[in-house]
Amino acid sequence: MKTNLKLAWRNIWRNKRRTLITVASIFFGVLLSAYMTSMQEGSYDKMVDIVVKFYSGYMQVHQEDYWENKSINNSFDYDQALVDQLKKHSEIDFVIPRLESFGLASAGELTRGTAIFGIVPDVETQLTGIASKIVSGKYLQTTDDGVVIGEGLAKYLKLGLSDTLVIITQGYHGVSAAGKFPIRGIIKHASPELNKSIVYMELKTCQSFLNAENKLTSLVVNVANNDVMNRMLKSLKNEIKSPYSIMSWEEMQPEVVQQIESDRAGGILMKAILYIVIAFGIFGTIMMMIAERRREFGVMISIGMQKRKLSVILFFETLFIGLLGIASGIAVTLPLILIQAQNPIPLTGQTAKLMEDFGFEPYMFFSTAPEVFWQQAISVFLLTMLVGIYPVIAARRIKEIKALHGT
Amino acid sequence: MNVIEVKQLEKVYNDSEVKVYALNGVDLTIEEGEFTAIVGPSGSGKTTFLNMLGGLDQPTSGYISIGGTEISQLSSSQLINFRLNNIGFVFQAYNLIPVLTAKENVEFIMHLQNQPKAERESRTMALLKAVGLEGRENSRPNKLSGGQQQRVAVARALASKPKFVLADEPTANLDSKSTENLLEIMEELNKKENITFVFSTHDQRVVNKARRVLTLEDGKIISDVRK
Repeated sequence: MKTNLKLAWRNIWRNKRRTLITVASIFFGVLLSAYMTSMQEGSYDKMVDIVVKFYSGYMQVHQEDYWENKSINNSFDYDQALVDQLKKHSEIDFVIPRLESFGLASAGELTRGTAIFGIVPDVETQLTGIASKIVSGKYLQTTDDGVVIGEGLAKYLKLGLSDTLVIITQGYHGVSAAGKFPIRGIIKHASPELNKSIVYMELKTCQSFLNAENKLTSLVVNVANNDVMNRMLKSLKNEIKSPYSIMSWEEMQPEVVQQIESDRAGGILMKAILYIVIAFGIFGTIMMMIAERRREFGVMISIGMQKRKLSVILFFETLFIGLLGIASGIAVTLPLILIQAQNPIPLTGQTAKLMEDFGFEPYMFFSTAPEVFWQQAISVFLLTMLVGIYPVIAARRIKEIKALHGT
Repeated sequence: MNVIEVKQLEKVYNDSEVKVYALNGVDLTIEEGEFTAIVGPSGSGKTTFLNMLGGLDQPTSGYISIGGTEISQLSSSQLINFRLNNIGFVFQAYNLIPVLTAKENVEFIMHLQNQPKAERESRTMALLKAVGLEGRENSRPNKLSGGQQQRVAVARALASKPKFVLADEPTANLDSKSTENLLEIMEELNKKENITFVFSTHDQRVVNKARRVLTLEDGKIISDVRK
């Protein structure tokens, strides 16, 4: 085996320029596909982050009709037994109660539609980290009659700290609700859309304002990641009975999932084209290597080398070229993407506006997830193996007498 | 003891419905230790005959036995193994493996035979010494002259301890000094170690050294002269 490897290694360097060009084509293929995948997955991660970490959590328990009709009338009473039932699962990190509603926020002549979140301040910040997103003022206290509002909303309503925000809405069972709330803090929300409309208030204050004592619209059930969620969801769906229902963020935000899936499919198509180009590059090199060495193969078989051994050497040659391309590609891509992940590319102009309109931060984010790298490595490796079949077949078909004459 | 035994050997090529007899009923016996040259004009069937003896081509009919084994009965894979262990080849264009050094080229055959490392190394060095290439063992073929490359090819041919060595016009690409040198080496190996050599050649200097000269014409042996 050592001799076969040595022969294969030396053979690929017989035509250095050609080998380097082939390795370079694989290198750029890996670089481009990894870079593109990282950019795509980075954007998806950010989308999921916004959805999961700043809004819905991985799962939510609702009153079973709530998601169809998001009315405060479809809220449910806080049930400690339900919370305890959820918390007994060791993989559930925390359970967060919320009362959500919509209303009109007003100051002076200005009015804007707003999302009202009644939260337990110290628990909510475990999921969303909103306490750290305060850009001015302070975060809500455990008992607080004030509010924290989004920077965009504050800007629109021309409000600052300690100013009063007026909210008008419909409370539980159609009760008219109107209240004045001092602004304790202003938050820069990661979701530009929520940044323009969010109002956080302490849960009890919210319940009192909406005349919904002890009522919740959701229990956010959080786990470590999507894998854990997928693992737990089925059993939790069996466990949570009527009048409750449990939903994953994917069920709550199907448009996000669809957007990710369709975008990912586009990326796969692009990568497939790239890989086909790479495969033909390797294939061309291997074909040339075989064509110009037919006589040599004839000699090797004539003097006693079994065709299968020759196949192994030729396969190793293909493999070495592939591995060199993959290794160099990953070696350059890895630090590049790590740097890019720390420094997302800011978008400007229409693109930035478009992204903000869709509720996303106007940045090109990069993912450093291991699959960004190994998927490209494995794909190119498999392609190389596939191309490597050709020399194996070619070697087995060699007729020594013809090969000795170079035909 | 007969190393090669050939009976009624025929090789027919069907060229546009016309049968061309490259070999036409050849009978031959070569004994161990012979130093035989096969001569004849171009197209007389020398190379075809050598290819048949080396198991590189299949006869249309007839019988070839090497060391008692009828090689036409062997499968492709068995034939490759048979060549590895019984026949040494020296080609006109040397045909060394360009990415291996002289030593590795010689050792390569023994690698294929799965010989132990110590034996491989000692035999390789002994063979390179025998062909006068001591000190050049780490040179790759492109750093050796034509004569030196052909001497490496002879060493490689002998590395597997074959029953005989087939050499297809081994001196065709060599100058007279290299030819003389190579012939002396092969003659010495033949005499000292009783290695059987069969050449095809046009070269009169090879013919002069040979102790048996077979002349082929139109696929038939027309003369068989022992000196």
